[in-house]
Amino acid sequence: MSDRKLLAVGGLSPLFPGQPLSLSSPERTASKWVGTEFLEWFGELGIFFWRVVRAGATPPFEFRELFRQLDEIGSKSLPLVALAGAAIGVVLSLESVQSMTRFGAKSLLPAALVYSVVHEIGPITTALVVSGRVGAGIGAELASMKVTEQIDAIEASAVNPYRLLAATRIVACTLMLPLLTLAADACGLLMGWVALASSEPLSFHQFITSGFKGADFNDFLPPTFKTAVFGLIIGLVACFQGMRTRGGAEGVGRAATSSVVLSSLFVILADVVLVKFIIIFFP
Amino acid sequence: MATTEQFPTELQAHEADGSPAVAIEDLCKSFGTQAVLNGISFAVSRGETLAVLGRSGSGKSVLLRLIIGLQTPDSGAVRIHGEDIAGLSLDQLNAIRKKIGFLFQHAALYDSLTVEQNVAFPLLHHRGEMSDSELGDRVKQLLAEVGMEGHLEKMPSEISGGMQKRVGLARALALEPDILLLDEPTAGLDPISSAEIDDLVLKLQAEHQMASIVVTHDLHSAKTVADRLILLNQGNVTAEGTFQELQSNNDEFVREFLKHS
Repeated sequence: MSDRKLLAVGGLSPLFPGQPLSLSSPERTASKWVGTEFLEWFGELGIFFWRVVRAGATPPFEFRELFRQLDEIGSKSLPLVALAGAAIGVVLSLESVQSMTRFGAKSLLPAALVYSVVHEIGPITTALVVSGRVGAGIGAELASMKVTEQIDAIEASAVNPYRLLAATRIVACTLMLPLLTLAADACGLLMGWVALASSEPLSFHQFITSGFKGADFNDFLPPTFKTAVFGLIIGLVACFQGMRTRGGAEGVGRAATSSVVLSSLFVILADVVLVKFIIIFFP
Repeated sequence: MATTEQFPTELQAHEADGSPAVAIEDLCKSFGTQAVLNGISFAVSRGETLAVLGRSGSGKSVLLRLIIGLQTPDSGAVRIHGEDIAGLSLDQLNAIRKKIGFLFQHAALYDSLTVEQNVAFPLLHHRGEMSDSELGDRVKQLLAEVGMEGHLEKMPSEISGGMQKRVGLARALALEPDILLLDEPTAGLDPISSAEIDDLVLKLQAEHQMASIVVTHDLHSAKTVADRLILLNQGNVTAEGTFQELQSNNDEFVREFLKHS
């Protein structure tokens, strides 16, 4: 790894061994180095994922740790996710009243609110909040265990750390994200109605009837279940960054930060692909 | 799973053959261009304690990690009861790991678990037919063996370094290993705590008759607990023998090391 870095910085591409020293500019060399690092990172992530799948799919299953993680990731994120969902619902409602009134589409306000919260705002807000809370937590916890040899101690006790630490956390994130999204959606819609009702005479029944008019399961299930992919990304990236940490306290800090930054980034990028996928397969 | 269950029987068969518990054969390990171990060989039998001495960075801790399979050698073999661990599947390697107790340099206790839960950890994962009450009794017995029976509910951060080493030892003994690896058991401890750990290692060794390998800087500790010592220098075994044999060795590095220890 370090040899390859040195070669790259010196102008020799590690992808093409034997190539003569490059005369390209330092910027070009640096971009090559970044490119190689990027590919290496993805390669290592793929190997890590394969190890986790293999470990997680074979007995003995770590149900005790899985239930602990479901509580840690799910129940303990619920207040934060609910609050974020509620705040987004209020903001969206207040903003939409202005614009919809201007364009004479005030009667469509409940439907616009329901669609935007359920289709996009609820899922992405939940994923980003969980990425911040859980991603940082998993990254820092596993990194701390790594630098203090606790992960080695697990392995020395003939217990597979990929199964005990990574598989349980990734499965918990994947299972809990859709449920947390439902909670965020519910709070968002409820508080969106409260904000709307404070300026307009509108009952909750009218709001729900009007908002969900003409909607079917295809409108709600795919956007909710796409968050399982977000959960997978958050758990995978945070476990990977934590378990590959090197160095002491600095390494732990770096792992926590990179877990949040990378998982948030990949969640947003995955959202682009998933939205397109949903539009094609669930028109 | 069947393999995991069958493997200890195979180990016992090797033991009956008279193979040493641990045999290191021409072991090499490098990190980048730096050769840490350069073809070292030695063997340790059941009931024997070997101390591995050497300067910082001479590959002592790496040697222990290679023996338990946390790292893989570049060449050479690590044989546990005659079985080369290099070609084993993870299940087979884990079956061997169950027979090896490892005390890490800084104890490596799980900081989110209590003392009791730390010692129970290996038992919970390899309990077999053991009931909850039997497991609890076994944990208490292990902690009593290392003099920590009064600290069950404490967190690792609430006990001293010496106590953490004791708990680490109890955890290492949980699965009744026949090989014990100790990485700097007295490092960072005051002389009295060091002497207590040495006495504990001697007591446990007398009771359990394990094959023990102690990596240490502490010559006094090595002299106290070990039957035999090896001295590593630049990736090679420079000297091997009893403490008295090392004292009479004329090699310049050996004399220098003993003089400054």
